[in-house]
Amino acid sequence: MSLVLEHINLTIGAEHMIRDVSLELPRGTMNVLLGPTLAGKTTLMRLMAGLDRPTSGRLLLDGKDITGVPVKRRSIAMVYQQFVNYPTLSVYENIASPLRVAGLKKAEIDQRVQQAAKLLRLEKMLGRTPLQLSGGQQQRTAIARALVKRADLVLLDEPLANLDYKLREELREELPRIFAESGAILVYATTEPTEALLLGGNTTSLWEGRVSQSGPTAMVYRRPRNIDAARNFSDPPLNELAVEKRGAVIVLSDGRQFPAIGPLLGLPNGAYRIGFRVDDVTIGTTSPSALSFPGQVAVTEINGSESFVHVNVGLGTWVCLVRGVHLWEPGVTTEVHVDASRIFVFDAAGQIASLPAANQSAIAESA
Amino acid sequence: MAQITLDGIAHAYGTPRNEQDYALKRLDHVWEQGMAYALLGPSGCGKTTLLNIISGLVIPSEGRLLFDGTDVTRLPTERRNIAQVFQFPVIYDTMTVAENLAFPLRNRRLPKRDIELRVAEIAEMLDLTRDLNRRARGLTADAKQKISLGRGLVRADVSAVLFDEPLTVIDPALKWELRSKLKAVHRALDLLMIYVTHDQVEALTFADRVVVMNEGRAVQIGTPADLFDRPEHTFVGYFIGSPGMNLLPATVAGSTAIVAGHELRLAGAYPPLAAGGAVQVGIRPDYAMLSRSGGVPVQVRRIDDLGRRRLAHVNLGPHSFIATVPPGMTLNGSEASIELSPAHMHVYVDDRRVESLVEGRAA
Amino acid sequence: MNGKPFDNRAWWFVVPVLAFVLFSSLVPMMTVVNYSVQDSMGQNSFFWNGAGWFESLFDPTTDIGGRFAGALARNLFFSLVVLAIEIPLGIAVSLCIPRRGWQVGAVLVMIALPMLIPWNVVGTIWQIFARADIGLFGAAINGIGIPFNDTQDPLSAWSTIVIMDVWHWTSMVALLCYAGLKAIPDAFYQAARIDGARRWAVFVNIELPKLRKVLIIAVLLRFMESFMIYTEPTVVTGGGPGEATSFLSLDLVKIALGQVDLGNAAAMSLVYNLITLTLCWMFFTFTTHADQKGDV
Repeated sequence: MSLVLEHINLTIGAEHMIRDVSLELPRGTMNVLLGPTLAGKTTLMRLMAGLDRPTSGRLLLDGKDITGVPVKRRSIAMVYQQFVNYPTLSVYENIASPLRVAGLKKAEIDQRVQQAAKLLRLEKMLGRTPLQLSGGQQQRTAIARALVKRADLVLLDEPLANLDYKLREELREELPRIFAESGAILVYATTEPTEALLLGGNTTSLWEGRVSQSGPTAMVYRRPRNIDAARNFSDPPLNELAVEKRGAVIVLSDGRQFPAIGPLLGLPNGAYRIGFRVDDVTIGTTSPSALSFPGQVAVTEINGSESFVHVNVGLGTWVCLVRGVHLWEPGVTTEVHVDASRIFVFDAAGQIASLPAANQSAIAESA
Repeated sequence: MAQITLDGIAHAYGTPRNEQDYALKRLDHVWEQGMAYALLGPSGCGKTTLLNIISGLVIPSEGRLLFDGTDVTRLPTERRNIAQVFQFPVIYDTMTVAENLAFPLRNRRLPKRDIELRVAEIAEMLDLTRDLNRRARGLTADAKQKISLGRGLVRADVSAVLFDEPLTVIDPALKWELRSKLKAVHRALDLLMIYVTHDQVEALTFADRVVVMNEGRAVQIGTPADLFDRPEHTFVGYFIGSPGMNLLPATVAGSTAIVAGHELRLAGAYPPLAAGGAVQVGIRPDYAMLSRSGGVPVQVRRIDDLGRRRLAHVNLGPHSFIATVPPGMTLNGSEASIELSPAHMHVYVDDRRVESLVEGRAA
Repeated sequence: MNGKPFDNRAWWFVVPVLAFVLFSSLVPMMTVVNYSVQDSMGQNSFFWNGAGWFESLFDPTTDIGGRFAGALARNLFFSLVVLAIEIPLGIAVSLCIPRRGWQVGAVLVMIALPMLIPWNVVGTIWQIFARADIGLFGAAINGIGIPFNDTQDPLSAWSTIVIMDVWHWTSMVALLCYAGLKAIPDAFYQAARIDGARRWAVFVNIELPKLRKVLIIAVLLRFMESFMIYTEPTVVTGGGPGEATSFLSLDLVKIALGQVDLGNAAAMSLVYNLITLTLCWMFFTFTTHADQKGDV
């Protein structure tokens, strides 16, 4: 039982918005669409909802072709980034509105609204209007409305993007629980890798209207198939280094040479891109390794539990993770050490050439 | 050279009947020359009221505001010698970038040569040199906000530069660049800067000292490391860090805390705590490690895999608790335990941190 | 957008609009076009006249051509004068309207009052108001020693009509500008105060640029209405003295209804219509084009 997209394309004028997207979105799990702004997440959701019609391709719901079925005849609920509520109606009436449209009995409506309100902790707010609520409560109201409808397909388009980070933390934890028992197909669009990881389930990585990878979230994170998927799933951004492998050495674009260690050793000669995340490097002048790069600190971003030191290494700026709160002063010279056993290597076409060995076992462990 | 003193400043919109009616509760503080401060807190915590008092948009109902010892409490904005950068870019549409930057200087009739030099210097710092002769209205949002920043920074004689959530409209991917620019500018210009935000990343990244505010009160003023390692108030523990600090109701006797029947060792001995106060111990998830055995027994509810770290949501008796899962650790079933680092455990009475008798001395 | 659900039955919704447009504008318009290319000897018999009416209309040596050219010039001059006064005055008034407090409502109602009065009533008020013998305005002007008589002196007649129009319509410009000013976020004023800008600099660098779009609409509306002015001069001066305030619309009515010269009137009304359209289009494209150029 699932929603299946078969070779979906969408072109508007000369612009190719969606390119040959084939996906299966099962029930009972969170289906995350991960990608930067304009990657095509919203466009794809509009196609799933039937608000737009694909230029080519088919949509199958539980095996039935629904490609041309207009949106009003589908069973869909959607939550947007903006808090969309009826401003003059009470929270109760807002949540009840899809049920009133459906013509349900009063008692049934009341029961469903109370149930949803309880789940979203809105019981005390039912008499208020949306404008008397905080941002978090407004979005809870919109989510409750999507929930009571008991739609086949629930589309959540960056629902937490406009909330303060503490509220986001709370709601992010609750959302999978709230929708777990609804039996709907859940699709959740986000730009944030952390959010995708917390939601779990399956992740589809979208890049410029294309699927760069799809699969269980932890697998897409640890085993990117190409550089787009790796970039998509890295926050702070993926650190990258272009190298040329020549026998036992790798040569950088500025002529510097390093021994080809770790996974690089087994690869044929040629041009590669090495990618590594913030936690695959260490920073400091002590404990040098085979892949050490001198650089200058540009800024330290601190998110409360982690510090991200941006270091200019001459070939670009890399971001290094330091756990806890540690201020590295801008301008300080230091060294960045890349852990060769944890790097991703991509070939000239951007396809994965080598994965860190540890990432294989990590999948088994989290599965 | 400037120093701003808040002397018993408090503010209520309307007539206050009790403490609750104050949007900003009594605050004494000295903002030092050359420092970067952040006012951090959730919406409605009073941080904007405080900023408006400094900029002169709000006259406080109590207390005095001193700039270098001179009382400016009732002085209008334009006579306070401050600069401000707003949430949304404020630019003069009809002017070029250079004219925008020069505007505050021209209004003060500086010599033309000085204006040119200063504009060139600021433009260089903010990477605006190439755009100097372009019309400002055609630029992107982040370029416009850089112009706003530039106009705030162009006057060398200001007492303070105030920032009101200036990165709201900036594309998330470009934020770190502007953050590093701001930081660099602060180092170069030696100005007093005050930055208002609800975002901990922004506050901790920008400021030398962060003022954490909640419900009209400044609950802690400290360095980013202080806020993380020694939160003086449970709100700071909760608000700083993702996820926030674990707080557990406890009874404390000497150097031992008892939580849900388990004895936890503390880093130092505590004096007898006032009867009737709500006693809690707090520890950040970063300093609580999950282990297979040894330590306090817990039941694991679930494990969140965040990519670069894993967090275990566990039950410690009746309390829920978040601990870090060490790399490579695997679990059998839901039984596990947690090891807590005494040096990072804090004791709170009625939400305020209590010092141990000899701080830091492990029992 | 491509790929939207498509249903041909939706076209039925367009039918009522089509019917309405047909009866309200297309049919009457085509009747006028029909008259403009035919001549009549009365008794409802028409014969083809080709472009004859148009030729004489554009030839200033003919009687009708002369009248047309004169009226057109008066119209353009009138619009120009009225715009030159009402736009700056409207902006000035809008800047003086309070921004908050109970005074806002009171001031706005008072300012809006002239606009609520029907055109012919405005005309009647000013016809009496401006009379040299008993009118408060006319008599007062005479009283301070300036000869004034709007039925005999062209300058007096013109001044009366211009002042009347300014009185009637400046409030519209002021209200539009007021709405535009209210839309400027407070941060801009705060920033200007902090930047040490003087009042004039605030006006030139913040208020005027932000009012640009509103002003384009104000100019368009005021131009169209002033160019088509009819009722008020008809009531106040009747187009006189002589031909002094005889605008295109007044002349047109005289020819069509007074002289029942349908061919000339039809040709004239078509050309009048086209001129109005062209001028508005030119103004609109010019300003919006300039707008886009500024964004590059």
